Amino acid sequence: MYTEDDLIQLSALQHFVFCERQCALIHIERVWNENLFTVEGRIMHEHVDAAKREARGGIRIEYGVPLRSLRLGLIGKADAVEFHKEDDNWIPFPVEYKRGKPKPDNCDKVQLCAQALCLEEMLNVEIPEGALFYGRTRRRYVVAFDNALRTETEGAARKLHALIESAVTPMAEYSDKCKRCSLLDQCLPRASKKASSYLMKAIEED
Amino acid sequence: MKRHLNTLFVTTQGAYLSKDGETVAVKVEDDIRLRTPVHTLGGIVCFGQVSCSPFLMGFCAEHGVSISFLTETGNFLAKVQGPVSGNVLLRREQYRQADDAKSSVEIAKAVLTGKIANCRAVLSRALRDHAEKIDFEAVSLAVNRLSGALTKLHSESDIEVIRGIEGESANIYFNVFDHLITAQKDDFKFSVRNRRPPLDKVNCLLSFLYTIVMHDTRSALETVGLDPAVGYLHRDRPGRYGLALDLMEEFRPVFADRVALSLINLGQVQGKGFDKKESGAVWMDDETRKAVLVTYQKRKQDEIIHPFLKEKVTIGLLFHTQALLFARHLRGDMDAYPPFIWK
Repeated sequence: MYTEDDLIQLSALQHFVFCERQCALIHIERVWNENLFTVEGRIMHEHVDAAKREARGGIRIEYGVPLRSLRLGLIGKADAVEFHKEDDNWIPFPVEYKRGKPKPDNCDKVQLCAQALCLEEMLNVEIPEGALFYGRTRRRYVVAFDNALRTETEGAARKLHALIESAVTPMAEYSDKCKRCSLLDQCLPRASKKASSYLMKAIEED
Repeated sequence: MKRHLNTLFVTTQGAYLSKDGETVAVKVEDDIRLRTPVHTLGGIVCFGQVSCSPFLMGFCAEHGVSISFLTETGNFLAKVQGPVSGNVLLRREQYRQADDAKSSVEIAKAVLTGKIANCRAVLSRALRDHAEKIDFEAVSLAVNRLSGALTKLHSESDIEVIRGIEGESANIYFNVFDHLITAQKDDFKFSVRNRRPPLDKVNCLLSFLYTIVMHDTRSALETVGLDPAVGYLHRDRPGRYGLALDLMEEFRPVFADRVALSLINLGQVQGKGFDKKESGAVWMDDETRKAVLVTYQKRKQDEIIHPFLKEKVTIGLLFHTQALLFARHLRGDMDAYPPFIWK
């Protein structure tokens, strides 16, 4: 169990699953590159936050729902939580809005599952599924919170805490995913580690 | 790619800057002269009687756009900034290494290697481009002596000796600087560097350019979360930005000095654009200052291949790139600080 002081932003989990160094740059080094992607993402989120709640036949929707889990040590906000009426119960169904298109890795799913785990802890209910909505495809994809995803999410939260507590940013390793990282220029993954030989060259030159 | 951001220089006396939606509006006598989106700006520099609305200041602070106020002649008055950014652990590491003699020496040497190599490159370039117009022998000798200084620097480990090598190199370089002025020789004569106050037109140009380079360097350091006051080559002194002075050493010759030389050699500034005060201090008129700023901004848009990163960058982004590399070295990602070495 974590205390309130130990809570880490839920969004860090998504960064962590995408790339541990990106996560460290944002949450340890505090660099944030407000580029087009994040601006557009924010505008989309602000739009989501602006609405408060709606209700239509058998579904209630709450927007900008504060979340936390002391078990996982996470705090954040859900873009939207739908409540689906089943018999006499309203079952929470978290919905996360993403600007781009579905990604090859699990980072969005893990973030959504972490939201569900927070809700389960806060409301003491079981949540079978939620959805990711992608701006680029204008479609929502239902995500089932099965055991495999839950285990992955809990493991990621544990490792995330270890990374933030160590306060050490991992070294960069260039790979394909660097191309779609908004922190590429802050990270410089291809920069050589050997600056001393570069200095020597300057001295030896005439 | 991180986009090259412009600096907005406001030199019109009496101008008022305010926030208009997501843009900065520049008003002169109730007449909006300019509107520019904040996200295209890296900084705003106001000269003299220029004011800003508090809402614009807040908006700029939030978007990481620095606002500086300078006197009309370019002396620093104040700047507006948002909360301190970056990682407290990085700043702690910066202080720890500044307290450590061995680390300080290594960083000071890297910084000076950049500066001396760049001074040498400026002289070598002049030999290549203007062989027939300059005193070839004197400048070649200076190039060789700077190479000697670099070699000596490399084997030194006493910070005071290293500071001595810096002084010597500056003398070697500035002793032949006048040879690099190939036009308007009657109006622009350089004999020795003086700055408080500048006593001739060339020194006046250099001082002004160093002030703007300083501003850009300091902003870049703050952006990456370093403390611009705590340096390695430059000792702490209250009110002095030691690390900004360290980092700007490599930019002085290739950036400020070369802009000054091209302004003079291409006739973009003229002798009559300068004024001598009663005290002997020289300063430039508005039109000259504008010409300097326009050339500086244009220079910033030039693209080069970064010698260490082997990537394309604009000159304007160099400040940020070097500040970032400095932070990387402090954190142990690289075994030395790689200064920007111009070829």
